[in-house]
Amino acid sequence: MLNEYVDGTVDPAVCVEFEKHMAGCNPCQVVVDNIRQTITLFKDGQPYAMPVQFREKMHNTLRKKWKEKFPAK
Amino acid sequence: MAISLTPETPDVELVYLAKAGELDAFEALTNRYEQRVFGLAMRMLRQEHDAEDVTQQTFLSVLENLEGFRGEASFSTWVLRIASHAALKIIRKRKGLNTVSLEEATEPSDDLNSIPHPEFIADWRQSPEHLVEQNEVRRLLDEALTRLDEKHRLVFLLRDVEGLSIQETAVALDLSEGNVKVRLLRARLQLREDLTRVLGDPDRLLVRSHHHHE
Repeated sequence: MLNEYVDGTVDPAVCVEFEKHMAGCNPCQVVVDNIRQTITLFKDGQPYAMPVQFREKMHNTLRKKWKEKFPAK
Repeated sequence: MAISLTPETPDVELVYLAKAGELDAFEALTNRYEQRVFGLAMRMLRQEHDAEDVTQQTFLSVLENLEGFRGEASFSTWVLRIASHAALKIIRKRKGLNTVSLEEATEPSDDLNSIPHPEFIADWRQSPEHLVEQNEVRRLLDEALTRLDEKHRLVFLLRDVEGLSIQETAVALDLSEGNVKVRLLRARLQLREDLTRVLGDPDRLLVRSHHHHE
């Protein structure tokens, strides 16, 4: 249930109990906040840029393989 | 054949054209996903050379197996699935193991009852928007990820970073949805614990009064 609560996909009809508890439980709310912030940090963090040289090399390899696979094109 | 590919051309169309032998369509698919594959591999392996290997292997495998892709899953799920398995293979090799199975039967650790409870509960001193900018935070994130067992790390990366659904994550990793949920919860809680111990405000530390989380 905690997963769904973090994701905001809890069906309120099914878990009135849970919602009620969450609303009155400060530690739980902080934990949920912490988890959401954790996810945001990973999601919005600086991406790993693929090295340009590697990218060129990979595309060359793929093109070569492609031509073996579809020689007529 | 004259075809015009745009950034809006849907994956299914590109896949269809690639299957028919259109190199441009295949390259468009590669361009669309290579960065995500590389990022996933870097976060799994933390080693640029290995991440490059995974990326190249993934797209070679896409090329080889394109005919076999019938579109039951979305193309993105399929690609991330191939990349996940390639990354796991390297991790297992590093550990001197040869198996690639992710399931490993159902382990006792996948039991909900064995999930540790939050210990260090405090609001963070800074907002994620501020933290994201800082280089030492990136190191902190990488280290926290590394401390996760790889099967928990993969679930977290696919679901929460790559944005797959629970169901797609299950398909990508050959796991049941229940298993994905348990692993996701474990990963989220452990990362939260690790990060909060560093980023949390000790002056606002809360005493945990009771246990619950199913």
